[in-house]
Amino acid sequence: MTTAAIPAHHEGHVHRDDEGSRMGMWLFLFTELILFGGMFVIYAVYRFSHPAEFELGSKELDTLVGTVNTMVLLTSSLTVAMSITAIQRGNKKFSLLLVGITIALALVFLVNKYFEWSHKFSVGLYPQSPELLSRPQGEILYFGLYFVMTGLHALHVIIGAVVLAVIMRFISRDIITKDSFVKLEAGALYWHLVDIIWIFLFPLFYLVH
Amino acid sequence: MTEHAHQHGEKAHVVGYGQYILIWAGLMGLTGTTVALAGIELGRWVIITALTIASVKGFLVLNIFMHLRSEDRTFRLFVLVAGVVLLIFICLTFFDYAFR
Repeated sequence: MTTAAIPAHHEGHVHRDDEGSRMGMWLFLFTELILFGGMFVIYAVYRFSHPAEFELGSKELDTLVGTVNTMVLLTSSLTVAMSITAIQRGNKKFSLLLVGITIALALVFLVNKYFEWSHKFSVGLYPQSPELLSRPQGEILYFGLYFVMTGLHALHVIIGAVVLAVIMRFISRDIITKDSFVKLEAGALYWHLVDIIWIFLFPLFYLVH
Repeated sequence: MTEHAHQHGEKAHVVGYGQYILIWAGLMGLTGTTVALAGIELGRWVIITALTIASVKGFLVLNIFMHLRSEDRTFRLFVLVAGVVLLIFICLTFFDYAFR
């Protein structure tokens, strides 16, 4: 890395440090990693101490809904990644379409989540419910972690969709262009992180029984 | 990181649509595999296979979708350090918890 002074303007280019911007985004993602990482540690310890009850709990989740949501998020990661290629190739409309599809898929994920949680609530499974409190300690812990971790993840999906909506506006107003797309890259990085967290949440809650 | 890169902002590493779609297909395949394996009684191997497949998926997303492969080495080192720190958290927790 050079310490030499870089002229602010050079051949009409405004000084930008896109690499620095991306690094800033990565540093933020690390704080997210620690946020969820702490919860994964709690999950690991309680699963270690209550293996049988965690298995019973995971059998009550709908694997199909979880699988569909995994595929929805993976596909949304694909479309947001492709939107960067589209803008790099100067294809503004296609890039807008791809980010739009990503937001639509985020909404599909949330609708699925809504029906999944509604079903859980309707059978009396929600934090502090009489039905849940009548169960063994391990199942209370399992469903507590299920609601907190998938809930916090869903909150990230909502935030990600809002960020991507702002990015669509930037693209349409030519604030994000073929020559300056680091904002789109940052938004995409956030979206991929949300995907990676789900990649781990999905097997830990839906599959290990 | 040269002055040139700073002044011109974006140094374009254009990844083709085809490669993204290929990786996506791989991720979908791995999802199908992990769901199929969950139907089989693998006993204590269940969690190990599930987490191994999840790690492979995470690795693909980090490397291809998040462009770590074409980033500066500093970035990859940062991500590695963050991952190792998390691993240390988990290991230390179990050293404490398992021997109580």
